[in-house]
Amino acid sequence: MISMAARSTTRWQFRQPSVIPGFGLALGVTLAWLTLIVLIPLSGLLWRSSGLGWSKFVELALDERTVNALTISFGTALVAAVVNLVFGVLLAWVLVRYRFPGKRVIDAMVDLPFALPTAVAGIALTTLYAPNGWIGALLAPLGIKIAFTPAGIVVALIFVGLPFVVRTVQPIMEEIDKEVEEAAATLGATRFQTISRVLLPGLLPAGLTGFALAFARGVGEYGSVIFIAGNLPYVSEIAPLLIVIRLEEFNYPAATAIAAVMLLLSFLMLLVINVIQAWSRRRYGYGA
Amino acid sequence: MSSNGLAGIMKLALVVGSLQLGSITLAHADTTILNVSYDPTRELYKEFNAAFAEKWRADTGEAVTIQTSHGGSGKQARSVIDGLGADVVTLALEADIDAIAKESGKIPADWKSRFENNSSPYTSTIVFLVRKGNPKGIKDWGDLVREDVQVITPNPKTSGGARWNFLAAWAWARAANNGDDAKAQEYVTQLFKHVPVLDTGARGATTTFVQRGLGDVLLAWENEAYLSLEELGPDNFDIVTPSISIKAEPPVALVDGNVDSKGTRKVAEAYLAYLYSDVGQKIAAKHYYRPFKPEFADPKDIERFSELKLVTIDDFGGWKEAQPKFFGDGGIFDQIYRPGQ
Repeated sequence: MISMAARSTTRWQFRQPSVIPGFGLALGVTLAWLTLIVLIPLSGLLWRSSGLGWSKFVELALDERTVNALTISFGTALVAAVVNLVFGVLLAWVLVRYRFPGKRVIDAMVDLPFALPTAVAGIALTTLYAPNGWIGALLAPLGIKIAFTPAGIVVALIFVGLPFVVRTVQPIMEEIDKEVEEAAATLGATRFQTISRVLLPGLLPAGLTGFALAFARGVGEYGSVIFIAGNLPYVSEIAPLLIVIRLEEFNYPAATAIAAVMLLLSFLMLLVINVIQAWSRRRYGYGA
Repeated sequence: MSSNGLAGIMKLALVVGSLQLGSITLAHADTTILNVSYDPTRELYKEFNAAFAEKWRADTGEAVTIQTSHGGSGKQARSVIDGLGADVVTLALEADIDAIAKESGKIPADWKSRFENNSSPYTSTIVFLVRKGNPKGIKDWGDLVREDVQVITPNPKTSGGARWNFLAAWAWARAANNGDDAKAQEYVTQLFKHVPVLDTGARGATTTFVQRGLGDVLLAWENEAYLSLEELGPDNFDIVTPSISIKAEPPVALVDGNVDSKGTRKVAEAYLAYLYSDVGQKIAAKHYYRPFKPEFADPKDIERFSELKLVTIDDFGGWKEAQPKFFGDGGIFDQIYRPGQ
């Protein structure tokens, strides 16, 4: 997505000329691989749910419990992605622009949520945020409950989504020359203006990519969430858990229906984000 | 949290991490059979497998390796349906084996009658685990719906053990109200209002109760409760046996479709039959399961079990009737959580 630079001046054509031959082969491999890994499994899912019949599918998809679980999943993922966007950009900025002892270590730490089994993350976070945990015990006297509420889900999703924003924004930040800021300053811009008018617009496309990735990850996350969520129906039951519950009942049609709805919603939201992103790249983008 | 908090987190994370992934022990031998089991039987089958391999070698001179896969009972059943080559299944619920029989056809419908005691070589029941000294004075099911009591149980939708919990509570309430099922449903509805967290499995619920300090009472398998006491310190918890509970019968079955294609029928059959032998029964009792033939077990192990009135799944019309009625989509458990109630 990042490399898909907008070329508003060139006319759209099927085949971009290149000095290296082998376009046919490359496209063939791409399509075959995508089909094998992504398209076939997903169409299998849709095929199974299409066997339900339209009215049954709608009935299962609009079931009150399903709608509730989907709302919780998408809602918490959205909140977590927004938080990650803000703090991810900040983190990336610090890592790109400042030198300090231990920077390499911190830089490496950002990737840890990628590597850690999510169940382990879920357990550790729950232990911290439970009413008797290090953080939970401090919040409990204030009447704030994190673990076993939707807030706990957000915490888990912030954790698993963090690297996506940092790692997509970081390389773009590195491309922005310091002179740009200095030029803005010499032309009389305040610090706030420099950030809001000069720096952030350029980071918008990458930020949106990171946001979309973190959001998508959050919607589908299961392992870390089930430990911290409390899993109460209509309160903190996420859609992936509901899918597991349906499978546990050997109710494959209902499970596929929920999965298909999630797939559809995720695809629509990612599409919207991609369109905004493409627009913002044309408008402000770096590397265009 | 105490000063060993971080170490505790790490340890816990590792333990549960490994639980999640399940485990299959591998080794080389002439014959290999696979026992697909559920979560809390790890310790039991570790010892039993070694005993059986020894016995098989002595009887036939052949070496046999037994692999055991552990996980949530329903999840394990699905793996077998989807083609995991289990020679035998030893699961938490009859309904799970019925599902394998129905969906895959690899187990005949009459599997339950092929071994003694409805194919349950050992049974268990549901008891209460409370904090040391029982500060809330919990004695029986009626105490669980008191204002000041929080109850920890896993989700009956995802946990076999939790379904036994649910039915045990129902059985008590029905008996306490002269067999009135409507009153029983009212009681169970109240009970679940006192449940702050629904973990997906029995081990998760134990962690919530023991490590997170949440809740006043944990509804647990008797064998799990004793194991928690053994592993986590008898100084911290007590076991309370209610007046009425349910006789949980975790069944075993031969997967005909798989043993016939692998040619392991003889050894797999002997493996399950050995669970009923003096050695098998002794090992079951040692691991806190109530043996079908207590006379074979170490009397010291039997003494640990308290006497209580036990209803069975047949009092609910068997799993074929109870499963959809209580735990199916739109069943009684779903009704309990309907919003606005």
